[in-house]
Amino acid sequence: MLKVSNLNIYYDHIHAVKDLSIEVEEGKIVCLIGANGAGKTTTLQSISGLLPIRSGEITFKDKSIIKSKPHLITHMGIAQVPEGRRIFTNLSVLDNLKLGSYAIKDSLQNKEKEIKRIYERFPILKERSNQRAGTLSGGEQQMLAIGRALMSRPKLLLLDEPSMGLSPIYVETIFEVIEDLIHEGVTILLVEQNANIALSISDYAYVLETGRIVKSGTSEDLMNDPDVKVAYLGA
Amino acid sequence: MNFLLQLLNGLQIGSIYALIALGYTMVYGIALLINFAHGEVIMIGAYTAVFTIQLFLANTNLPYILAVIPTVIICTLIGMLIERLAYKPLRNSPRISNLITAIGVSLFLQNLMMKLFGAQSRSVPSILNAEPLNFFGAKISFTTLVTIVVTTILTILLQLFIKKTKYGKAMTATSEDYGAAALVGISVDKTLTMTFAIGSALAGVASILWVSSYPQAGPMMGSMLGIKAFTAAVVGGIGLIPGAVLGGLVLGIVEALTKAFISSKLSDAIVFGLLILVLLIKPSGLLGEDRKEKV
Ligand SMILES: Nc1ncnc2c1ncn2[C@@H]1O[C@H](COP(=O)(O)OP(=O)(O)O)[C@@H](O)[C@H]1O
Ligand SMILES: [Mg+2]
Repeated sequence: MLKVSNLNIYYDHIHAVKDLSIEVEEGKIVCLIGANGAGKTTTLQSISGLLPIRSGEITFKDKSIIKSKPHLITHMGIAQVPEGRRIFTNLSVLDNLKLGSYAIKDSLQNKEKEIKRIYERFPILKERSNQRAGTLSGGEQQMLAIGRALMSRPKLLLLDEPSMGLSPIYVETIFEVIEDLIHEGVTILLVEQNANIALSISDYAYVLETGRIVKSGTSEDLMNDPDVKVAYLGA
Repeated sequence: MNFLLQLLNGLQIGSIYALIALGYTMVYGIALLINFAHGEVIMIGAYTAVFTIQLFLANTNLPYILAVIPTVIICTLIGMLIERLAYKPLRNSPRISNLITAIGVSLFLQNLMMKLFGAQSRSVPSILNAEPLNFFGAKISFTTLVTIVVTTILTILLQLFIKKTKYGKAMTATSEDYGAAALVGISVDKTLTMTFAIGSALAGVASILWVSSYPQAGPMMGSMLGIKAFTAAVVGGIGLIPGAVLGGLVLGIVEALTKAFISSKLSDAIVFGLLILVLLIKPSGLLGEDRKEKV
């Protein structure tokens, strides 16, 4: 579904992503794990069209997307829950959700239906519907960020460290939702520093170190890989 | 009754400052850019009004106020053009480049107009002719009344647009976070263009209201007007719509009262002195929250 080949990204002179190739198959959860500064966010940002790439190719459903503007990439069916959530703090919870479907031409009823589904998934958001999003707790903001991304009814969801800074209770809720999404036909590319949880729910995994993929395999294999165990699983 | 009269004068000039300040504050709020060329948009608006009246309306039976239509259109287009040609190419440049460009555009437009139409001011025929109205014993001119009413209506409409419509919410979202806005499918380019367009359209209305009371158009008229309106925006709290309106009104009233009761020569000095004082006490402006810089 998503194919990234030989991707190179620079920030001025910093070579942040080096010859990176990954593939995300439809209906799967694929994860990209790596330490802080490995280049995970950079990779996701470039897929969403927010960062220019130096060389390489990114295709979605066999069509190149490297020349597309971010809003058109959202339109094609790729949504992202960005690192640090980045919800619109000055808008209400409901308005954040409504903006999530900004690029999508769909009937008002369908959009309302989508909001209802998100409220069923995250009942706390319904309670807070008219509250300013900036007043939500970290976990609630993460739910809102996921809800906002789902509003565009994506085929592929990119999640950038959804567990970051959350208490275990929220982490559990959020990963349950991620697993549910797969059954609803959403393909997932998950970026995590928390390798334990990422490998436990994903089908396939890539390990990123200083901008380069150093290992890949089924998540099960990687979980039993001695190097991965030492470096990422605290074993 | 002189006090009430001066207060109304202050509200009138303050309303015009407010309309102009809205343009500064909206652009700053979304692009973190001080559009120094905004005053020149007013100036071009004033010339548009002069020429529309002299070359066209004066030869017909149509009311001169119809000049507002071409004026708003020209101002809107000029504002969008400035954004497209001067600021958009610098979107990812350091802020100092934007600032220098803004000053450059402002000087360019002043000199262009001077070259085209001379340094001399042109006088504008009277636009709003009607008997003054009686307001609690004070005579209020029709122009004053129209200025205050029009500003009030436009401010309310703008606020409704920003708070209630999809495009207004997209503006708020973009002002918070370009990247997150782009991720939900908002075109940041279009939103910025729209912001400049709205601010410049308001400037167009402001320029008609201005020449209705001060019937002259000259190449340098935008600079003092621009500086005052920008100061109003800062005093109210830059980036805040209600702040621009409050700042504009405060500035207008203080200026009118100073001119009437203290000294008309010193009025600018006193006005700006007072504004500096406000900012010393409350650096983020009257309505601004004194919050820490975002990380
Ligand atoms: N805006 C930026 N400007 C310059 N360097 C950056 C920028 N963002 C990230 N980097 C650098 O690029 C590398 C990868 O960063 P990032 O993609 O954020 O890593 P991760 O998400 O895996 O923590 C790091 O070395 C980081 O310092
Ligand atoms: Mg990151």
